[in-house]
Amino acid sequence: MNSLLLQAAAKIVVPIQLIFSLLTLLRGHNLPGGGFIGGLLAATAFLLLAVAHDVDRARRRMCVPPRWLMTGGLLVALSSGLWGTLTGAAFMTGHWWPDFTLPVMGGLKLGTPLLFDCGVFLVVWGITTEIAFHVMEES
Amino acid sequence: MSLLPVLPVIIPLLTAALSLAMARHRTLQRGLSLAGSAGLVAAAVTLLATVRHEGIIAVEIGSWPAPFGIVLVADMLSAIMVLASSLLGLSVVVYALGNVDQARVSFGFHPLFHALLMGVCGAFLTGDLFNLYVWFEVMLMASFVLLALGGEKNQLAGAFKYVTLNFIASSFFLTGIGLLYGKTGTLNMADLAQKTASQSDSGLMLTSAMLLFLAFGIKAAVFPLFSWLPASYHTPPTAVTAIFAALLTKVGVYALIRMFTLVFIQNTALTHGLILGVSAATMVVGVLGAAAHFDIRRILSFHIISQIGYMTLGLGFFTVAGIAGAIFYVVHNMIVKTNLFLAGGIVNHLRGTFNLKYLGGLYRAYPLLAFLFLVSALSQAGVPPLSGFLAKLMVIRAGLAVGEYALVAVALAVGILTLYSMTKIWTEAFWKEPPTEYPSGEKNTPAGVPWLLLAPVMALTALTIGLGLFPESFIQMTQEAAEQLMDRTAYIRAVLGPVP
Amino acid sequence: METVLAFITGILFAGGIYLLLRRSMSKVILGLLLVGHAVNLLIFTAAGLVRSRSPLIPPGSERLSPPYPDPLAQALILTAIVIGFGILAFALVLAYRTFAVTGTDDVDELQESAP
Repeated sequence: MNSLLLQAAAKIVVPIQLIFSLLTLLRGHNLPGGGFIGGLLAATAFLLLAVAHDVDRARRRMCVPPRWLMTGGLLVALSSGLWGTLTGAAFMTGHWWPDFTLPVMGGLKLGTPLLFDCGVFLVVWGITTEIAFHVMEES
Repeated sequence: MSLLPVLPVIIPLLTAALSLAMARHRTLQRGLSLAGSAGLVAAAVTLLATVRHEGIIAVEIGSWPAPFGIVLVADMLSAIMVLASSLLGLSVVVYALGNVDQARVSFGFHPLFHALLMGVCGAFLTGDLFNLYVWFEVMLMASFVLLALGGEKNQLAGAFKYVTLNFIASSFFLTGIGLLYGKTGTLNMADLAQKTASQSDSGLMLTSAMLLFLAFGIKAAVFPLFSWLPASYHTPPTAVTAIFAALLTKVGVYALIRMFTLVFIQNTALTHGLILGVSAATMVVGVLGAAAHFDIRRILSFHIISQIGYMTLGLGFFTVAGIAGAIFYVVHNMIVKTNLFLAGGIVNHLRGTFNLKYLGGLYRAYPLLAFLFLVSALSQAGVPPLSGFLAKLMVIRAGLAVGEYALVAVALAVGILTLYSMTKIWTEAFWKEPPTEYPSGEKNTPAGVPWLLLAPVMALTALTIGLGLFPESFIQMTQEAAEQLMDRTAYIRAVLGPVP
Repeated sequence: METVLAFITGILFAGGIYLLLRRSMSKVILGLLLVGHAVNLLIFTAAGLVRSRSPLIPPGSERLSPPYPDPLAQALILTAIVIGFGILAFALVLAYRTFAVTGTDDVDELQESAP
């Protein structure tokens, strides 16, 4: 597609969408949101680029191939699960960093559940863009 | 220690994730795929040894206590199944290195294969009914893509039937889960066993039991729910068909054994009587279907169905001996069936066809292959001293012990028909004179059999001979597994803690 | 309310099964969609209906005060929806590919003539 309006809009919307997807990811532990939805939002940002310009441009903007995102996400999620076993607890046991909050979004507690969500974020982002790019390139 | 029952899930996941990133580095990916499968075998061996030594292991995932969180439970049955699956996974990976074409590999054959293994191992290990559904779906998603990979016409048609029927099976499964949860308020299998023990006869329990029987029956391909299997199994490359034949239906059988020994035992006269009837019909219909076909893969597909009947027959007898026989039969059949498909794939590699009409004379050119195929074929038919003989013997003796003479007669008759069908393949493909006409017009003769294809077949043949000649310790293990299943207290205690 | 939902579940199942029996692949997929919805509604109803707020512990409080609906059933349905969505997406792509390769939407015409 070659619409000037869409391209101009994408320039503004894509960064906002990416920031929003991160916000959704980070607030997800106690409020609506989380890795799955965040990942979908991030994917739609790049899909908008692919629709407004073309798939090549979207791929270049993503910097990493979608497959690497999937691998990275799976590894991150797995490591969050293994963290618990290092301390002798069962697989996937949650651990929060005590007495530490990141001074963003009104205090963000860090812990393995957040790490797991980041993994989900990466996997969903990767797999959605991979499938969509594939279908778009084919047709 | 607490990580051990989780390893059969983590190792394939890690392998799948890493091999996904290595799509460009072919050698690295192949090495990783091999290493991952070998690691899975090592983990499975350790798991089986530990479970045998120390009893049932239960791990509460995320440290959430048992009836609320998800548990992974490794008892003897789970450990045996995980070990058998991992062994077959390893042999099929080796075979796939020589059999699966580059297009399929670059599209993600190896990650999908390990995702399939992960789903299968997860299904064997989980102690939560809904989690079992999730593992089923993990396995099925991987199998959908593996089946459709390549996109040839008959492949797509087979895949569509397969997806539709499996979706329907999953819907039955979910409906059963929903009713069971509405009735009992729990989905933990041990908790379910405890809570439903007091409800002697309840219509809702029976409804859930039948819905789950339908769901697992479709996955296990029992009569009359098998039609999807011969319609789809003959389409993908041999390595894919072989791993499907080895694992997918057996997960259905495993789920039947688990649920109908642990939870649904309120009305055994009805439920297990039904299983017996269905088993007999499955054996007969499967073997008759096989007799009607002339394509190696279709014949073998129908034999999968026929052999499933023996396994569910052992479950239907509902005695320690019967279930031990069923477990032995599952493991024997996984080995032999996979081996037959792999050997059939070599025939296709040599001659370019699976159709018996255009095959022949392979015995003279490839005596070793003919021997390997013959051993597996005879083992499947139940000829001593191979593993199939013992498997049939265990099931039949269990049947005699409970006085089901008619079913024993059916089982023996089906054994003879299986022998007929197996000798048909062997004489047609290996023994008779080479045909004069070829489907492609010219004779297709590659130099020899690649070692990557032959090695797994040799290993699996050795396994079926070994299991037939030295069966004592394995029979002992299946006995222990069956005793654990029939006496549910050990399982419940391992998951929920000491019963007050 | 349960009666109404039971009837809706029944209607969804009936419609889904009717569509599953059609020969057109796209109608079969719509049938799968309806059956999936019917099952989710059944789980939702079977777990018990409660008229109340969402089962979230309010800030500053330690536990939920009844009445609250069963959060597990909702989690189950959410999982089932995501899985069903994945399978349907795959089935759609499969049907599209099949149509592209064979030029037909009719399941019967996909039967091969080979033995």
